[in-house]
Amino acid sequence: MSSPSSPTDEESVQDTRPPEGKDRAQYGVCAFLALLGTAVIVDGLGIPHITSGTDPVGPRAVPLILGVLLVVIAALYAVDVARGGRGEPEAGEDVDLTQGSDWRTVLLLIGAFVVNAVLIERLGWVISGSLLFWGTAFALGNRHYVRNLLIAVTLSLTTFYAFAIGLGVNLPAGVLQGIL
Amino acid sequence: MDNLNNLMQGFADVVAPMNLLLALIGVVIGTAVGVLPGIGPAMTVALLLPITYGMEPVQAFIMFAGIFYGGMYGGSTTSILLNTPGESSSVVTAIEGNKMAKAGRAAQALATAAIGSFVAGTIGTLLLVLVTPFVVDFAVSLGAPDYFALMLLSFIAVTSVLGSSRIRGLISLLLGLTIGLVGIDAVSGQQRLTLGIPQLADGIDVVVVAVGIFAVGEALWVAAHLRRRPAEIIPVGRPWMGAKDWKRSWKPWLRGTAYGFPFGALPAGGAEIPTFLSYTTEKRLTKHPEEFGKGAIEGVAGPEAANNASAAGTLVPMLALGLPTNATAAVMLAAFQSYGIQPGPLLFDREASLVWVLIASLFVGNLLLLLLNLPLAPAWAKLLRIPRPYLYAGILFFASMGAYAVNAQPLDLFVLLVLGLLGFAMRRFGLPVLPLIVGVILGPRAELQGRRSLQLSGGDLSGLVGGPVSYAVYTTIVLALLWPLVRRFVVRPLRERSA
Repeated sequence: MSSPSSPTDEESVQDTRPPEGKDRAQYGVCAFLALLGTAVIVDGLGIPHITSGTDPVGPRAVPLILGVLLVVIAALYAVDVARGGRGEPEAGEDVDLTQGSDWRTVLLLIGAFVVNAVLIERLGWVISGSLLFWGTAFALGNRHYVRNLLIAVTLSLTTFYAFAIGLGVNLPAGVLQGIL
Repeated sequence: MDNLNNLMQGFADVVAPMNLLLALIGVVIGTAVGVLPGIGPAMTVALLLPITYGMEPVQAFIMFAGIFYGGMYGGSTTSILLNTPGESSSVVTAIEGNKMAKAGRAAQALATAAIGSFVAGTIGTLLLVLVTPFVVDFAVSLGAPDYFALMLLSFIAVTSVLGSSRIRGLISLLLGLTIGLVGIDAVSGQQRLTLGIPQLADGIDVVVVAVGIFAVGEALWVAAHLRRRPAEIIPVGRPWMGAKDWKRSWKPWLRGTAYGFPFGALPAGGAEIPTFLSYTTEKRLTKHPEEFGKGAIEGVAGPEAANNASAAGTLVPMLALGLPTNATAAVMLAAFQSYGIQPGPLLFDREASLVWVLIASLFVGNLLLLLLNLPLAPAWAKLLRIPRPYLYAGILFFASMGAYAVNAQPLDLFVLLVLGLLGFAMRRFGLPVLPLIVGVILGPRAELQGRRSLQLSGGDLSGLVGGPVSYAVYTTIVLALLWPLVRRFVVRPLRERSA
């Protein structure tokens, strides 16, 4: 899924696209990796060191190694960024990278997503799934409210009957239990 | 001969009317979802995996085989008609394919892709039948140190050989290994990185990871940069080829197959290298060099065949060793695991009927795909016009449904969202996705094999080296790691001196 035309090595990045300056947001990724590594180490230290004849290594070794590697890679990445390294954002048919990120849409999508996660067991998939589809279509800029509601309800009813009842997939009926 | 009997039994199972129907459904929805822009084969398989959860394993895998090839073919349709490869493996197909479509030869491009995929898929699956038993015989003799070495090789391969930047590949791999660490340690029963949340004790399901990173991450990423003007789609009639097109296509199909299968079957293979090799070969051998760059049919026929043959090839290490080498195989491996089946050399003994049904379904699915896609191509092309808000709303809808269905717990939806945001960030910073998925799947198993190796040596690190395979693999790893240094200090100075 990764973009195949991205730069090949740290050095060639400088060769091909020097004029754009550094992508400083990458330092945020370094910080995240360092924090994650520290968290993994701390969690690893909290695991009791249990070894036995059949398991001389115990459960602690791998988390500790991994945590250290995360911290090391965070440092290496920071060096790469400082030297002007950058990853190429993924392109795609519907992706327009000339504009900045549209955070409003992303936040609305996350909102619709969370609503579904919170309501799915209480109200059931048919209702929460309809809300999810309607909400995400709205977030993405579609303003046919009634038509979208019809599509959303049809989609969640169809998936419920086809998958939950037809194929035995786990989907909750929620408040509509006994009605569907 | 025993395998032939098994395969025949597999065919007998698949052609039962109900199973044939499932194969047909798999091919249709696989293609339909794969055609949708922005959805590559791996995402197709990940999104559709949960719908098979209520089925018996045999039925599920029959459907799955259809989804697998359907998703592959759907992806090449998108790249030809939109010039937008869903996955790096169809990048090369898009080069000439889209040029052909723009020159009014979309029908021929789709036809040579469909028939070439069929030819390559059939030959590839045949080779799979022939080669896998040997790999299994060989794999049975491997010990824990050999497996550990092979898994390390997979890690190195996905991060540095195929990836664009080693550091970024490694970051992705380490993130995957960290996700794979979450849960109860299989050996000692200790909780690791579970944050005290009981639902995390079983670990984060690979399907949730794949759907989160592929589907939710992609939807969020596109949503943040949605092109308001829809991309231009080339109208297409029913695919057909004239005698001249056949004459120009059949050799590239066979050559592409010859490139694709071996690369796919290597534990460090993939589809990028063989599709590219096929393209350059056809460009060199063609009698119509003037057409290359303007839509030469050889440039579609060869790479598309290489792509499909490589997909069949990846099933060899996936089934025989339990090693996934591309994203689609990684998700397939997750599908096996969700049924409590562990691919590897013992699979052919323990689940023989299942494996042969799967292989037979690959043949059947491939044939169904050809029969279906030649007449239905114009209908698939219409799917490209789906309004983008509905497309991405639909992706999030099915992603949520699938992730919930895995364990029926709402917490998975929050995990899915977090992983989706991670997928978003990875797309923003150009971190490749495949190493993460491979890390999640192979990480826990590599740890297990490593600990098993050290158990034999009583904790001494020398236990990690043992068996001929581990020596060969470690040599390969060292060479792969040293290659950039060699290039920098040996190859480049030499070239500069000669220049």
